[in-house]
Amino acid sequence: MTNDATPMIALEGVSKSFGRKHVLRGVDLIVPKGTSMVIIGGSGTGKSVTLKCVLGLVEPDAGTIRVDGRDMHEGDRDAFLARFGMLFQGGALFDSLPVWQNVAFRLLRGALKRPRREAREIAIEKLRRVGLTPDVADAFPAELSGGMQKRVGLARAIAADPEIIFFDEPTTGLDPIMAGVINDLIREIVTEMGATAMTITHDMSSVRAIADHVAMLHDGVIKWTGPVSEMDSAADPFLQQFIHGRAEGPIAAVR
Amino acid sequence: MSLTAPLGLIGRSVLRAFAGVGRVAIFAARAASHIFRAPFYGREALNALLQIGWLSLPVVGMTALFTGGALALQIYSGGARFSAEAVVPQIVAIGMVRELGPVLVGLMIAARVTSSIAAEIATMKVTEQIDALVTLSTNPMKYLVAPRLLAGLVVVPLLVGVGDVIGIFGGWFVATSSLGFNPAAYLKNTLDFLEPLDVISSLVKGCAFGGIAALMGCYHGMHSGRGAQGVGRATKGSVEAAAVLILAANFLLTGVFFSI
Repeated sequence: MTNDATPMIALEGVSKSFGRKHVLRGVDLIVPKGTSMVIIGGSGTGKSVTLKCVLGLVEPDAGTIRVDGRDMHEGDRDAFLARFGMLFQGGALFDSLPVWQNVAFRLLRGALKRPRREAREIAIEKLRRVGLTPDVADAFPAELSGGMQKRVGLARAIAADPEIIFFDEPTTGLDPIMAGVINDLIREIVTEMGATAMTITHDMSSVRAIADHVAMLHDGVIKWTGPVSEMDSAADPFLQQFIHGRAEGPIAAVR
Repeated sequence: MSLTAPLGLIGRSVLRAFAGVGRVAIFAARAASHIFRAPFYGREALNALLQIGWLSLPVVGMTALFTGGALALQIYSGGARFSAEAVVPQIVAIGMVRELGPVLVGLMIAARVTSSIAAEIATMKVTEQIDALVTLSTNPMKYLVAPRLLAGLVVVPLLVGVGDVIGIFGGWFVATSSLGFNPAAYLKNTLDFLEPLDVISSLVKGCAFGGIAALMGCYHGMHSGRGAQGVGRATKGSVEAAAVLILAANFLLTGVFFSI
């Protein structure tokens, strides 16, 4: 039984090593329902691994992950994944499929399967929602610019109206204007869908545009977490060094 | 360096080799099981049949045609040393059907299809498309591996059959156009000489080689390392493994059919 007070995502003591490299050393993190959590941290600090652990793409060595109060290993795996949408860093669009089939991928097969015509209509509606015109529906991903690919990835992430959306470096590789457009889209979509969002990024303008809450991941643990409004005034030296981009501080510049 | 170090190195290599065999066996069993378990991805299976079968026909046909022709010339020339030129139709037929047809088709499929499967899946892996499939509630073993394995098992025996016929035709063409053989007599000798078991062994080998070729492409693609180098290694490894396994399987299957 869950209620609104139950966090949508709760990580407790999550650890993961790859060989001798300890990436996560006991991550504790709570993401309340309907909020947008942004995880920040340097490259190689385990942000992507944290997201992948929640999705079950990477199996943690220790710790528990609960989604809406239930252990992620309980129940049907497909039903579990159907609650999620994810925008990958590089888009991860399927090269062999046209744009509309990428967006409607989930609606063309499996438990959420719809008639082909209806799936196409939904895909075109989602493309419109992310600012793309219907004429891109029949294009292939390789024919689109990086910014358009991100938008298609975003349309795919929201195609089945998920309760939880993950964004992995949503503005990486985009010019500042396109990054701003993507940030605004993410904020709007998360708000209008009432979804819970978890974003990982290095981009501080993204953090300020997207986040309700921020968590700073460093050396495999959460060093600081709190509302975005308290981020600038927080005393944590790791956080302050990161958000101000200083070379001097407790985070070694060369890792 | 201690005297036992080389032994340790050998031991570790042997253990790694056994572990590799075990991983491939588990992967093959999982892939095969997904062929029979829903959900089925018919569109992907049809696409794989087209890619592996139909689009391989030109290269398979040309390989078989030239091999059959060269075989006829070699047998004629070799047979002439002990006045046995007349056996060209029989030896071309048995050579193509029992051995060269399946092996050459298998190797061409390893070069053309295994490499393509490995490169495609490895690229999907390094660009997170495999992870994307999982997050879209789609099992990559079902969506990517099972259709390709099924296509390899089904369509490569057909390619071998076509290759056998074209190879025999290549021998017939050379023998009748430049070695003085009678066209009708050549065909009659070919058909009279071949036995059902020759054809069955050819098709069974085709099935095994098709399975190996598809499986090695999928396995190396799914286990690719990172970046362009990872894709390159996966592709190279898949073709090497498929070619060696096809030749080893050919030896084993030939032994089995000889014992029947």
